[in-house]
Amino acid sequence: MKGHRWADPLPWALLALVGLTWGMPTLKPLFAAGFPALDRPMYEQDSFVALMAAHIGLVAVSSAVSVLLGWAAGVFATRSAGLAFRPLIETVVAMGQTVPPVAVLAVAAPLIGFGETPALIALAIYGLLPVVQQTVAGLSSVPAGVLEAATGLGMTPFQRLRRVEWPLAWPVILSGVRTSVIINIGTAAIASTVGAKTLGSPIIIGLSGFNTAYVLQGAVLVGLLAVVVDLGFERLMPKR
Amino acid sequence: MTATRAMDAMIEFQQVGKSFNGQAVVEDFSLAIAPGEFTVLIGRSGSGKSTTLKMINRLVEHDRGKILFAGQEIRSFKPEDLRRRMGYAIQSTGLFPHWTVERNIACVPELLKWPAARIRDRVTELLDLLQLPPDTYRGRYPHQLSGGQQQRVGVARALAADPDVLLMDEPFGALDPITREALQLEMSRIHRLSGKTIVLVTHDIDEALRLGSRVVLLDHGRIVQAGTPRQLLAEPANDLVRDFIGRADIGLRLLALDTVASRMRAEPVESSTAPPLRDTDTLREALSALIALGATRLPVVDAAGTPRGQLHLADLVQTAA
Repeated sequence: MKGHRWADPLPWALLALVGLTWGMPTLKPLFAAGFPALDRPMYEQDSFVALMAAHIGLVAVSSAVSVLLGWAAGVFATRSAGLAFRPLIETVVAMGQTVPPVAVLAVAAPLIGFGETPALIALAIYGLLPVVQQTVAGLSSVPAGVLEAATGLGMTPFQRLRRVEWPLAWPVILSGVRTSVIINIGTAAIASTVGAKTLGSPIIIGLSGFNTAYVLQGAVLVGLLAVVVDLGFERLMPKR
Repeated sequence: MTATRAMDAMIEFQQVGKSFNGQAVVEDFSLAIAPGEFTVLIGRSGSGKSTTLKMINRLVEHDRGKILFAGQEIRSFKPEDLRRRMGYAIQSTGLFPHWTVERNIACVPELLKWPAARIRDRVTELLDLLQLPPDTYRGRYPHQLSGGQQQRVGVARALAADPDVLLMDEPFGALDPITREALQLEMSRIHRLSGKTIVLVTHDIDEALRLGSRVVLLDHGRIVQAGTPRQLLAEPANDLVRDFIGRADIGLRLLALDTVASRMRAEPVESSTAPPLRDTDTLREALSALIALGATRLPVVDAAGTPRGQLHLADLVQTAA
């Protein structure tokens, strides 16, 4: 990486995230001064540490499901046995993305009940598209000559996938994971509407109670989390 | 099928046929390739030459007939095992871009689980053979190599596990003429040194005549003529063969098959200022030099520069022995 080591934004963003997650209550006087009309200028129903942990947990589990399902679908769609299913898989997944997550939550909540589970399902479905799309794109971009050589030299289909296709497609596949996780960090905030505790809780409560300070506190942390994770992914991207 | 007969050929096609979507691409193809033979399959695009090559290592499965490898039906092998016993080289795009030269070459030995030290020695040996200094090239990536160097690595990778057979699908097609010729010389040398059975596909008649101990001309999936380069040039089976080898150039191509040493007179050389010919030059090159210099004879030297005799223009016209 170029530039001075102090110019690297990741440690600063991380510092801000950790500092605000634990230190938000100490900013109460600041919010009181900024929003003098509010009785309660600081969200105190839950600690921000607990909200952050719940939010990260929700994103981690739903993204893990998206990624594993998405990788499996992407690999299947690019094997000779699965080629015929590729348009179908892409259509189904694209539909999953077209339906707004709020609608998935609205349908899921009465069926499954309130809480974490409908949120997890909605997020996992919603995060699937970029993973599938980029896995298929990455695997399809491996040059035909390379595939022919791999097979012609005597690799089994699995060896070819693991040693040649996957590593060559990895930058594109990883970009799909990155997009999916970042989307899920934002979307997870909406999950608070069905009762899951996330960083979206202060935002939702703030919006319904006209408490701009709550909205701000939640939004800043969600935003910072997204920035930190995105910078982290950038660090993982292979440099060419 | 008796064992002795089967052992005669390294690869044997028996009335092999292949169709794609009901369209026959290869039909009634029979050919026995002896161990150590350098067979060149040549033909226009769509003649079935590439398909024929790929049926040998089962990248394409044949529909009709039988293909034997070392006397055994190729379907009796697991495809991967069969392929690991046959080197495979294609145009330079086939190198693995994320692996170094060393790992690319080590590919098949790794699949065969050779010990690391043996693999390393083998890579060194092959880089030397292909005239790529090991210390310089071992750690490079394909994109850091020229087209000719990539192709050398491709050949080294195909040779890595010391396969019985080397299959090459238009390996020099993407190279410039100078690099291509250098690599053709290299392949001749490797063939002489290793005695490997080589099957090469090309559409370049000069490449075929230069490299092949046998040239098989295909058209519409059938063999039009199979023979030594000299047979094809001297006794073309039909007009198609004549067209393919270039009617106007047949004489010159025949000359290209022989070296100066074969027609030279071992006589004392009159003092001459003309640049000498090498005894290993082809007669075609010699004729070109004679014409360019306006000479009727030129002195001949060997690799050490020692005078060997003279080549007379008139001796080039004598019919091939």
